[in-house]
Amino acid sequence: MPINEEGAAFKPLIVAFCCNWCSYAGADLAGSSRLNYPVNVKVIRVPCSCRVNPLFILRAFQRGADGVIMCGCHPGDCHYTSGNYFARRRMALLFSMLDYLGIERGRTRVEWVSAAEGAKFANTMNQFAETISALGECRRLEDIRCVESEI
Amino acid sequence: MMLKLSIEKMGELFQRLAEGRKLYLPLDRGGQVDFGPWTPEAKVRLDRLKTIKSAKDFFFPQTENIVSFKRQGKDISIIENRDAEEPFVVFGVRGCDARSLDVLDRVFLCDPVDSFYKARRENGVVVSMACSEPEETCFCSIFGIDAADPQGDVVTYIIGDFLYWDERTDKGRALTETVKSLFSDASGDSSLVERSRGEIRDIVSRLPLCSLSLEGFDGSALKEKFGSPLWSELSQACVGCGTCTYVCPTCQCYDIQDFDTGHGIRRFRCWDSCMYSDFTLMAHGNPRKSQVERFRQRFMHKLIYFPANNDGMYSCVGCGRCVAKCPISMNITKVIKALGVEVNV
Amino acid sequence: MRRVRDMMRSRAGELLKDGAVTRVLGWKSGEFYYDPTPSFFDTEESLDELVYNGFSAAMLSKYLIEATKKEGRVLVFLKPCDTYSFNHLLKEHKVDREKTYVIGVGCGGMLDIEKLRALGVKGIESMEELGENLVIHTLYGDKKFARGDVLLEKCATCKGLEHKASDELAVPDELWEWETSDRFARVSELEGMTSGERFAFWRGELSRCIRCNACRNACPVCSCNKCVFDNPRSGVIAKANADTFEENMFHIIRAFHVAGRCTDCGECSRVCPQNIPLHLLNRKFIKDINAFYGEYQSGESVDGKSPLTEFRTGDVEPGIVHERGGA
Repeated sequence: MPINEEGAAFKPLIVAFCCNWCSYAGADLAGSSRLNYPVNVKVIRVPCSCRVNPLFILRAFQRGADGVIMCGCHPGDCHYTSGNYFARRRMALLFSMLDYLGIERGRTRVEWVSAAEGAKFANTMNQFAETISALGECRRLEDIRCVESEI
Repeated sequence: MMLKLSIEKMGELFQRLAEGRKLYLPLDRGGQVDFGPWTPEAKVRLDRLKTIKSAKDFFFPQTENIVSFKRQGKDISIIENRDAEEPFVVFGVRGCDARSLDVLDRVFLCDPVDSFYKARRENGVVVSMACSEPEETCFCSIFGIDAADPQGDVVTYIIGDFLYWDERTDKGRALTETVKSLFSDASGDSSLVERSRGEIRDIVSRLPLCSLSLEGFDGSALKEKFGSPLWSELSQACVGCGTCTYVCPTCQCYDIQDFDTGHGIRRFRCWDSCMYSDFTLMAHGNPRKSQVERFRQRFMHKLIYFPANNDGMYSCVGCGRCVAKCPISMNITKVIKALGVEVNV
Repeated sequence: MRRVRDMMRSRAGELLKDGAVTRVLGWKSGEFYYDPTPSFFDTEESLDELVYNGFSAAMLSKYLIEATKKEGRVLVFLKPCDTYSFNHLLKEHKVDREKTYVIGVGCGGMLDIEKLRALGVKGIESMEELGENLVIHTLYGDKKFARGDVLLEKCATCKGLEHKASDELAVPDELWEWETSDRFARVSELEGMTSGERFAFWRGELSRCIRCNACRNACPVCSCNKCVFDNPRSGVIAKANADTFEENMFHIIRAFHVAGRCTDCGECSRVCPQNIPLHLLNRKFIKDINAFYGEYQSGESVDGKSPLTEFRTGDVEPGIVHERGGA
């Protein structure tokens, strides 16, 4: 996927980790409301945003993602009371570290999306896809072993 | 035939050596010196005695993609990822590292021959270099290695403002032919080279670790050394990292690991370390469950098992990298002292 | 430092003799002056080999995890910075305080053998620490250095000479004190670079990594029973050091896993055979934690929670990373 075909417009691969209780339902609502968002946003459902381990984020980049976004319930609305508060601290630190290592900072994002916010979900994804398109392919965190043309 | 070249012309020599083949030599990378491919911009550091890793890497790389698999429908195709066989030169290999290739040959060139290693060995030319200023961590002499007269296809010396070049093997002679025009004849300087050798040997004789005795370390002592109560004391501080194994020029254990790329499998051969908890891990578990056993394995292998199976050849060359690099300063010389004969204490 | 060593030997001898402790955890002399090894001593006679000098940098706190699982009480010598890690291990219930007896030892700053080698020291025969000077006798002549020039990175940016945990102290009245520099200076410098420059910097450093795991294994707070990088079923295949991603991932995860717990003891950088400035990763987390969630020094006390195990409802949003200045 990260290999850019000759002449074809760049389509970024985006991985969106969505919490089961709010954001995944928000994505569902976006779909049933017929709101458009890019097809190359791959949604991965997690039980809670705090299930997202830093390794998940890195693995997504390893396997060719150009941008990774994590969506969860709004602070205070966590189904498990406080999961997203912990996730918030972790992601702030992790994304800051990626920035420090020279990974373009626009490639990571956290957004709180409730089950009622289908429009916000679609908007967020459209905006994020635009940002990533502008940044181009993620070369700084790719794993050359996973590039398909290699084997 | 002995040849010589002014040190100022070394750049030209490297340029010539790198024509049509890869040239690896000690380079400065962020203050650390390690073997790397030569480029006109590279910062060559022949003054540094010990590179972090040894020249082993070019014959037996740390990681090597030996084969890959791809599945399409019900078919599995096997893709050979063997590197193209290309000629290369390793320049500035010290006596200890040059000898380490003999140790590796014993392992990889005996039946069944390791074709990856063999190809590299045949394509690689070793240009060794005598040590001008041996360090306190060196103890190559106890393994019969002469730092002043290393083995190799070509042996070089830096004396004063000249590089002396002495071809030793057919491979070395063939290499010499390609660079000969840069050199001038130095057969008249043999006494100078001999004097320099004498100076190096004199320093080596004064190194503290060169008085170690290996008496008692052979196959016949297997049970006695294996059962020694001292292993637990010696290993108590070991943190179980792989530093000693990865900087070692003779460690040859490897692991095979498969990596799922998402659209195929890549099979890697990679260096293993007996210090790691997953060393020789099998379906039933690990035969060496504690760090004491893994620690003992390293030294028993080098000092007892290997010589017992290889006509008395130890699989240590006394390069002293582990002595310099161990995070807690436990190393093979301390083991030899503790388990050896009285004279060491 | 010799004064401290004498105090250590005599107190350890007394405590072993009257049975207050069963074992002593200290440093044992080696072949050279600069290579003492952490070691347990269980008799008074064996204490003759107990050394303490400018090269007793190896931290002893982590050994207590295993040592306190055994019978009896362990006497341990901790330098001021080692007490932070000790406290952190107590906080995580990895070490049984009842089974330890801590003697806080005075520290005059630990010296860096790698720095000395880079300055051209080779063929070392012996060394002498004379006040603020270090004299080295080598096969190639004598060399003299000011201590301050050859300190370990962790000591050049020392957190202070106060012991945060101890049962008694072995600190002589006059001990060399030195000027320390700001430990976040280099982090700030990197933050001021452009993203591309930072990337190039870290590639240059991390590409030297040989994946020996010394940084992880020497770390006093890296104490998982089974590390994800050692688990063949994790899909990580740590040994196949084939790709730059693998290096980045290892170092990000290693630093992240100790974020909020790292006491900034500097062992990771000290033990790295390739001299990679790993402390710059840990200090970035510490600096961010201080800025985002308030000043926190791990290991300063046993009580309280570490920053990643608690939260406030008004915490900064992760978007701060994008909003703040810089390239």
